[in-house]
Amino acid sequence: MTDQVIDVTDLRRVYGGGFEAVRGVSFSVGRGELFALLGTNGAGKTSTLELLEGLAAPAGGRVRVLGHDPYAERGAVRHRIGVMLQESGFPSELTVAETVRMWAGCTSGARPIGEALEIVGLGKRSGVRVKMLSGGEKRRLDLATALIGQPEVLFLDEPTTGLDAEGRRETWELVRALRDSGTTVLLTTHYLEEAEHLADRLAIMHEGRIAASGRVADVVAEQPSHVSFELPTGYFVGDLPPLAELGVSEHEVVGGRVLLRTHELQRAATGLLLWARDADVSLGRLDVRAASLEEAFLRIARAAEGATGASGVAAASGAAGVVQKETVA
Amino acid sequence: MSTTTMGPVATTTPAGRMRALARAELTLLGRAKGTLFAALFVPLVLPFSVQQAAKGMDLKGTGLSVGTVVLPGAIGFSLLFAVYSALTAVYVARREELVLKRLRTGELRDPEILAGAALPSIAIGVTQCLVLAVGCAVLLDAGVPSAPHLAVLGLLLGIVMFAALAAVTGSFSRSAESAQVMSMPLMFASMFGSGLFIPFEVMPDKVASVCELLPLSPVIELVRGGWTGELSGSDTLSALALAVAWTVVSVFAVRRWFRWEPRR
Repeated sequence: MTDQVIDVTDLRRVYGGGFEAVRGVSFSVGRGELFALLGTNGAGKTSTLELLEGLAAPAGGRVRVLGHDPYAERGAVRHRIGVMLQESGFPSELTVAETVRMWAGCTSGARPIGEALEIVGLGKRSGVRVKMLSGGEKRRLDLATALIGQPEVLFLDEPTTGLDAEGRRETWELVRALRDSGTTVLLTTHYLEEAEHLADRLAIMHEGRIAASGRVADVVAEQPSHVSFELPTGYFVGDLPPLAELGVSEHEVVGGRVLLRTHELQRAATGLLLWARDADVSLGRLDVRAASLEEAFLRIARAAEGATGASGVAAASGAAGVVQKETVA
Repeated sequence: MSTTTMGPVATTTPAGRMRALARAELTLLGRAKGTLFAALFVPLVLPFSVQQAAKGMDLKGTGLSVGTVVLPGAIGFSLLFAVYSALTAVYVARREELVLKRLRTGELRDPEILAGAALPSIAIGVTQCLVLAVGCAVLLDAGVPSAPHLAVLGLLLGIVMFAALAAVTGSFSRSAESAQVMSMPLMFASMFGSGLFIPFEVMPDKVASVCELLPLSPVIELVRGGWTGELSGSDTLSALALAVAWTVVSVFAVRRWFRWEPRR
């Protein structure tokens, strides 16, 4: 219990116009863990994060960061956290070094300015005005100020948006190194590969709720793998061996292409290929694909539309049945 | 409380944090040429135009001299241009650039952010007042204040009041441009109604009794009284009470209405 650095219970946030952006979110993050909040735009990621950062009081539920209420007891929390908002928030007429100096003066245990800039690769840009920086450089300046106090907990709201592929890799390495040195990290992203690469655990948000959460492998494992192919003219799905015996849970035929979904990919693929060899059938454009986070993400987004009450992996995958076209008995 | 729940202690102080913020704001002020010009020169140049008018006024029997008409007015201009108008622009610009929101994620507390951002403008205002006081004493024979504590008290209340009014005005402005427009009503009302050009003593009584209630009026009255030493005890008390009331209302309005983030 002492090592739950972030603890969120039934969190709600309602904006002035009555829009309920966060509708009962619960999760916790342990010390040294890297937790990703994943979701489409408008899913409620930033709204949730701002409550954890103590920028607003929740409409309902409870937040604890390092054992404190980050809004009511901000003085007990602020010097131990680092925050990177979705948009930078630096005066455009200050130089990079002046910006970092200002933040260093306001932050306990601040690193030297040069070191803070070196970490994010902005050492050579220290004399440049913020308004002249590229979007990616601004993002890295933001990261430098978030890291300047060597925080125990780091909140990163879409840390790599606007970065090129190389900048993204560098940020990933930096964030991973911070995690390895014991920093607890909570990040939001809409890049699936970012969550897949970095996160120890993740939660997929949709319309203000958590639709699925757990370790990346577990969330993915809840999703079926795919085998898809085209049958030669004159062959039909009914000519295949009984699908249940192959471990196929659902199938679909779209435009002459057969799509099998299975939780036992090896058994299904082996059975199918042995049948094809014995029947001397050529399977056109054969594609055998393990479940991916992307698949999980898309299915959850679609499924949640049909079942707004979905929460937790079990409920979400149950709701996924809504989109099943045909289910093998 | 067990030691496991105790984290490391914050090592920054409110003064240190505000100094860091004020330093950045001073740099920014130096780069905002338009704001800087208006804040620096308008309050120093305007008194000379007032001086001409004051020389033509019938000041006999009012206990005033050209110097004690011009100086409080000049200090009023300093509060309006160097503090109020300049700070309104600063608060709006920082909010729209999301600087205020970002600062609130750090160790600075809300009042420290507002005060730290205000320090350079306030420093300019105070420096101007000193320059004006010396200038008027030497050039216009305003003399040495007979009740300096009243002048200082009036100035301090005026600074806090107009810094807070700047924050309030900024909250109702969507952009730096609209901030200039939004600050106009109070600027004009103060210039013509608070005794900057025309002392209350030479206004018609009915007009004067309304104008004396404006926020800048008790400040000017205290400063002028500080120089002439002719403010009666009851006048001093009522001016102080009014200045304190405006200051309290302004600070309350900031707490109630200040916007930290742009409207979406």
